[in-house]
Amino acid sequence: MSNLVPVPSRGMVPERDVKDRPVLETIHLGIDFGGLVAVDEFNLVIGKTEIAGLIGPNGAGKTTVFNLLTKVYQPSRGTILLGDKDTSGMNTSQVCRAGMARTFQNIRLFRDMTVAENVMVGLHHSIAYHTPTAILRLPAYWRGERNAREKAMDMLSIFNMQDLGGVKAGALPYGAQRRLEIVRALATNPSILLLDEPAAGMNPTETAELMENIVKIRDTYQIAILLIEHDMKLVMGICEGIAVLNYGKIIAKGTPDEIKSNTAVIEAYLGKKEGQENA
Amino acid sequence: MNKNTRKIPVRFGYLINTALFAALLLGGTKVIGSGAVSMYHTKVILLCGINIILALSLNLATGFLGQLPLGHAGFMALGAYSSAIFMRNVTILPPEALFPFGILIGGLMAAFIGFLIGIPALRLKGDYLAIITLGFGEIIRVVLLNIDDVLGFKLTYGAASLKNIPKTTNFFNTFLCVAITCFVIYTYIKSRHGRATLAVRDNEIAAEACGISTTYYKTLGFTVSAFFAGVAGALYAGYLGVLSPSSFGFMKSIEILVTVVLGGMGSMAGSVISATVLTALPEVLRAFSEYRMIAYSLLLVIVMIFKPTGLMGNYDFSLSTLIGRFNGNASKKFEKEGGKHE
Repeated sequence: MSNLVPVPSRGMVPERDVKDRPVLETIHLGIDFGGLVAVDEFNLVIGKTEIAGLIGPNGAGKTTVFNLLTKVYQPSRGTILLGDKDTSGMNTSQVCRAGMARTFQNIRLFRDMTVAENVMVGLHHSIAYHTPTAILRLPAYWRGERNAREKAMDMLSIFNMQDLGGVKAGALPYGAQRRLEIVRALATNPSILLLDEPAAGMNPTETAELMENIVKIRDTYQIAILLIEHDMKLVMGICEGIAVLNYGKIIAKGTPDEIKSNTAVIEAYLGKKEGQENA
Repeated sequence: MNKNTRKIPVRFGYLINTALFAALLLGGTKVIGSGAVSMYHTKVILLCGINIILALSLNLATGFLGQLPLGHAGFMALGAYSSAIFMRNVTILPPEALFPFGILIGGLMAAFIGFLIGIPALRLKGDYLAIITLGFGEIIRVVLLNIDDVLGFKLTYGAASLKNIPKTTNFFNTFLCVAITCFVIYTYIKSRHGRATLAVRDNEIAAEACGISTTYYKTLGFTVSAFFAGVAGALYAGYLGVLSPSSFGFMKSIEILVTVVLGGMGSMAGSVISATVLTALPEVLRAFSEYRMIAYSLLLVIVMIFKPTGLMGNYDFSLSTLIGRFNGNASKKFEKEGGKHE
């Protein structure tokens, strides 16, 4: 595990990434729902190949942060820099094309399509042919489709799912659906991948396998990964930097060891120690 | 799945379909030309063809795109009137030679208006398209009913109905259009753009998160759908020879929608079969015309109770699969391929 070092833009990224621009940087990001301040002063810097974790008690606003980053909600204030691009004014699909892919807490697959087709939807923009080419079935169409299918199968092999290519996505077991969603997100060729509770509903063996695969994905594709997760074994095991969110605000940032011993974090999760109530 | 199946190469399948269809088209033209089929039956067959195109075009918008347009008759009217006006006023060539252009003009006109309506309506999420197209269909009908000249040119004749349109629709051009509609919609759906369209239907947020612009694909699909409705309208104008606005009312839109729902949303084969049955059935039941609507609604109720996804669900087949099945070498892959019917 590499050490975290400060970068010029007031954040911490792994040592190996110091010479690169951070892949994601948020500055004073926030959103209000009516009078409710759901997320406020959210500042985060993620290095080029960092695996970062976003944790916090239920209702802390973690998924809201993901929705802000991917523009499912438009932020009320603040800036999101994706590489050197400012994403203000972009919509979800533009943010995705700019290099941010995500999975969802409640799985959103195209259930009636096959596993391979789901991945091929992710590959949409890397297949080059145009509509008339497709309608006239010109050679470019056959070539494009064949390459896309091969690439989809290739990507599915990360999770050893290449044999499931022809199965309907809705018919897959829960864990496999989560894995497929990750592959589909990866297919969009992102520079940062947001995983919303990737281990939810998985058994310990599957979780351990997932941990290995997340690191493998980072190493293979040289991308950054930001994940929301409640499984502390996973978070503490693979994340290089962790941010803790409570009531929409970051209460602590640092390496897993720093977070484990942080009193504010322990309070947020477990409450104050007896006798400290009125301290 | 049959274990000892052998796959027909995909491109070979296209060839088989084309050959089979050409045989059907030429054979049909020959049979009808020889006078073996009565005038009345020919008319019913032509109407089947037109309704097949209408059902297929609406199926693109409802079944594949997941939208609910309620003004499809409006697009048909646009296609019918623009083609009819073209055919009546341009006489540089015999009407038979001009008809392909008439059809194209009808389609393009409908596509253009569909595009204009689609842009604002499809940017919104939810059922706004249904309301907007519902309004649009009525606007078209009322406008056609009340204007009889455009900028001083006597073009549409309002309620008095547009007469003396060259009757150029025949078996050959109708079913050629059916084939082209099938082919274009099928190849569109089975491409990366079609996958994007289905992704938008299945889960808009996930599609957006995969980098797919939902507005773009909805507008594109809707425009193509309007185009083919215009083509059907142009054929209808050449079939009837007389156009009156009242034939493009709300009920016509609903009729097309019922055809699509009955056949199965997302099934091209279903649309073809259901359009054929629902066109032929009223003619067969003409003797019991008082009970016709009862039979019709009963059929719908029964289908919706026992098979809510429509007769064919989203199942599709192609002619080459049928051939393959007879030879005992049908392939699972090919069952999924739509292809050309009728």
